[in-house]
Amino acid sequence: MRVGSAAVALVVLGLPFASFLLLALVRPLRRSAVAAATVSITVMVAAVVAAFWLSWRARPLELLQSPSTTWSWIPADGGPMATVGVMVDGKSMAMCMLVTFVSLMVQLYSWAYLHDEPRRSLGRYYAYHSLFAFSMLGLVLAPTFLQMFVFWELVGLCSYLLIGYWYDRPSAARAAVKAFWITKLGDLGFVAGIVMLWAAAGTFDFWELFRLAHTNGLPPAGMPLIMFLIYLGAVGKSAQFPLHIWLPDAMEGPTPVSALIHAATMVTAGVFLVNRAFPLFMLVPDVLTLIAWVGAFTALLAATMACVENDIKRVLAYSTVSQLGYMMAAAGASAPDAGFAHLLTHGVFKALLFLGAGIVIHVFHTNDVFRMGGLGGQPWLWVPFVLATLALAGVPPLPGFFTKEAILGGVFEAHLTIPFVMLAVTAFLTAFYMFRVVFLAFFARGLGDSHAHHHVPPLMSGVCWTLAALSVATGVNLARQMLAGAHHEGAPAWLPAFSLGLAGAGIVLAWAMYRRGAIDPARVATVLAPLDWAARRGYGIDAVFAGLYRGALLGFSRVVGWVDRYVVDGLLNVFSAWTLRAGDRLRRLQTGLPQDYVYGVALGALILFVLAQWRMK
Amino acid sequence: MIPFPVLSVITWAPFVGAVLIMFLARHSPLAVRLIALLTTSISTVLSVFIFVVYDREAAGFQFYEKLPLVPPLGISYEVAVDGMSLLMVLLTSVIIFAGVFASWTVKSRSQEFYALLLALVTGVYGVFVSLDLFVFFLFYELAVLPMYLLIGIWGSSGEVRPRGIFGWAFRETGVGTKEYAAMKLTLYLLFGSAFILVGIFALYVTAGTGSFSFLELEATTFDPRVQFWVFLAFYVGFGILAGIWPLHTWSPDGHASAPTAVSMLHAGVLMKLGAYGVVRLGMGLLPDAAVELAWLVGGIACINVVYGALSAMAQTDLKYVIAYSSVSHMGLVMLGAATLTEAGLNGSVFQMFAHGVMTGLFFALVGLVYEKAHSRAIFTMGGFGRAMPGIATAFTVGGLSSLGLPATSGFVAEILTFMGAWRSAHPWWLVPAVAGTFLTAVYVLRVTKQIFWGPPSPHFDHLEDARGPEWLALVLLTGVIVVFGLVPALAIGPVDTATVPILTRMVKP
Repeated sequence: MRVGSAAVALVVLGLPFASFLLLALVRPLRRSAVAAATVSITVMVAAVVAAFWLSWRARPLELLQSPSTTWSWIPADGGPMATVGVMVDGKSMAMCMLVTFVSLMVQLYSWAYLHDEPRRSLGRYYAYHSLFAFSMLGLVLAPTFLQMFVFWELVGLCSYLLIGYWYDRPSAARAAVKAFWITKLGDLGFVAGIVMLWAAAGTFDFWELFRLAHTNGLPPAGMPLIMFLIYLGAVGKSAQFPLHIWLPDAMEGPTPVSALIHAATMVTAGVFLVNRAFPLFMLVPDVLTLIAWVGAFTALLAATMACVENDIKRVLAYSTVSQLGYMMAAAGASAPDAGFAHLLTHGVFKALLFLGAGIVIHVFHTNDVFRMGGLGGQPWLWVPFVLATLALAGVPPLPGFFTKEAILGGVFEAHLTIPFVMLAVTAFLTAFYMFRVVFLAFFARGLGDSHAHHHVPPLMSGVCWTLAALSVATGVNLARQMLAGAHHEGAPAWLPAFSLGLAGAGIVLAWAMYRRGAIDPARVATVLAPLDWAARRGYGIDAVFAGLYRGALLGFSRVVGWVDRYVVDGLLNVFSAWTLRAGDRLRRLQTGLPQDYVYGVALGALILFVLAQWRMK
Repeated sequence: MIPFPVLSVITWAPFVGAVLIMFLARHSPLAVRLIALLTTSISTVLSVFIFVVYDREAAGFQFYEKLPLVPPLGISYEVAVDGMSLLMVLLTSVIIFAGVFASWTVKSRSQEFYALLLALVTGVYGVFVSLDLFVFFLFYELAVLPMYLLIGIWGSSGEVRPRGIFGWAFRETGVGTKEYAAMKLTLYLLFGSAFILVGIFALYVTAGTGSFSFLELEATTFDPRVQFWVFLAFYVGFGILAGIWPLHTWSPDGHASAPTAVSMLHAGVLMKLGAYGVVRLGMGLLPDAAVELAWLVGGIACINVVYGALSAMAQTDLKYVIAYSSVSHMGLVMLGAATLTEAGLNGSVFQMFAHGVMTGLFFALVGLVYEKAHSRAIFTMGGFGRAMPGIATAFTVGGLSSLGLPATSGFVAEILTFMGAWRSAHPWWLVPAVAGTFLTAVYVLRVTKQIFWGPPSPHFDHLEDARGPEWLALVLLTGVIVVFGLVPALAIGPVDTATVPILTRMVKP
């Protein structure tokens, strides 16, 4: 039975890989946009079916003692040093469904959205997408830390390639490299952490490690450092402070890419990691507290930056950072399930927000929310976006309300008062900045009126409506569960009302400022001038990294390069120059005059004679 | 029945090719290439063959051949391969096979060029398969000497401004010219081989068995003091070839001046001779000294990793970047070996292979870029990706392997080295090793972005992608990188059978 599940999981995993291989190796297929898109999308449909089937058939099993199936990857003398395989459990099945479904939606949407792209490069786009789907699935199905790291790096590669899809734009090239470097910085910790864990436990396998954790088989001394290092990987990938700076810049990629990779799936890998390895994190409460604090702080910090951002995609990016902070805080507060649920619901509605933003960008050919508006008469354009916004803001019965409330409850229960306050403020700010975008981009008067009744490809709005329907359905389902009494005990009874109040206050404030005009945004900005000034500059964190890169790293490399050439190699050249000079001097002994040579011979003979006499004495 | 002498055929086929080229292909450049292709194909096919049929269960030295040369002195022609040399032979074949294609466009004196190249390759094969230290040394010299002519005649000069307090010496030695680079490389490596020769004779004399055979010397236990000094001699001698800091400065100048195929072969395979020598002779024959001096080997390797990467970052000439990256990666090779752990030593040998293929690919690509753009100045280039997508893709694959991205062979080598480093007696080695991968990511992606991404540079026009035989080299090398990255067991399997006995001898019960 278990092998059966593993086989289905391998099919889910293998399908996108096959599609990638086809597109990468068969040149005519890659060069023809229609063929490439057909292959990629068809395969994705099959993968969605397989992923849902996997989940459906595994449900009654209630997952036996070990859900992993592994094979040897790196052999060694006494049994394999590293294994690969698949781990089919509730978490990985849920992630498989999310990843395949959102991937499919995004690939469909891209076909319409990137219709004006050169046909020849679309094949490359779909090849990267297939590779991404494969890598992300490999990550969530990974039964070992090492395999997770392998796919972790591969999704990073896909992110790099897709941010830089328009590689001749300098800003895209810069953003791609920046994303790679910053996440790599976190990954250094990750790889060091898993190597140290391997040395301590002798295995990379999650299930083995969980068993050891359960039986106190892991050395307690090293664990805080190890788990902190592993957490660093999640900090980079899930854009936690201070490594969050790559995510807003990653918006240089095509919008569908942002929806899939930089909102719904890849950036949540860090959260997934903490969830997956939670039995190990439980051993180190100090690290968990740190995770909660950093998460809550990230959530708040990103929310303030989103309030002053005018680029619609960057607002959404900051909002993603902020929500990832929520999910991390949940894990840190020992409520990983709440964080994981938020990951799933957020994945759907955040993808929808990006795809909806793609529609307005398509209509107005700009990312600036102040140059949009006047779409109020076209509900088929704004309804999905507004639904997703309500979900993000946390209004029932949309799913964001339930999952966010669960996180707040978890953090409250863990007695993390200050993180709780930060997250509550974030909830208010989230509602505010999201409705700021809604009011400006869709309902602002005057600016967009001339564009009345724009043509939006039905494929694009169809995808948005599908995601909206799914989001609403999830929300209704969660509401039913809650009414049925599934509400977890312990959280205070006032919490739902409190979080709804926060969302409502934010929406009202946005309405008053950007719709009604009762409060002048410029006056607010003046009152909060220092905060406004700092938030617009990203609190200078970018500048610090840029300074470190240019000044410290490149500067130091120049010093080393100079030392190598002019000191280390210089000394060598001094030796060779001395050798040359010595040869040059000694050469002068060879005067070419026979008399000199005769004198030389006589002198030598004399010396030998004297020496011989002296020795005889 | 005498079994087919497969190793001898692999080793001597290129040499026969060289002789044929010199005598038969006077005025026919095409015949030169075809003979070179044919003879290297024979070696390549056979090395793939022995790689496949090598008995991994039995392990040990296989395909054994022996022919006494000077019986009174115990010198004989004795060849065999174990898991480690098996992989190195395969690496040599891959690189020379690709190198023949990469130098397809050499214009002047192609007859002599190919003849020297093939003679050199025989030397390299010979080093990897020889079990007799005397013959080993002869092959070693054969692999080093033709470099002088290959770089001095077919190389290219760069420009180095004399600066600093030693500037006067730069003017006197002519730094930057290809003649300087050729002389520096040759003298430096010969200086190293003097140490090796002394070491070999010292072992021959102290063992007292009157034989140069590795197998007999391996059975001898040497006095710890002898071990210490001989290991040091081997470390310096082979280490120079492996580019250990601070004896590495021949490598950037030499590799930057050498023609494409020579850089490929030198950085890809010859530097591995150095590391192979340290592991095979140093660790294999002198286990106690290897344990005693591991701190030195590993410490210097750490410097190599970080220092090489930082130096690479500072370069503005594309070929120098790749050359310094070799210094950095050879540091990882030596570091893995110095950990004296199963993971580390396997990682080290795998890194030799991975880095060889990767750097071979890089030098092939730099050669192609130079051929199309007639420049190696990184910061004048830009936006080449549009005109040469194939080259850009291959460069990216090479770069990703270099920075240790999973699914390339570089990753497997690095993770094994990390694992070994943390389990070794000096766990702090993990820090520079991991830092090195980040620095590599910085310089590799920075260079990739500058050359292939961004808007097209105004300095260049009429750029074009790789053509015809050039593709073969790129496809072969990128394919090997990815296949061995996905299925590392292909290589680790046999390597493990060779490294475990070496380690067992070091850790005495």
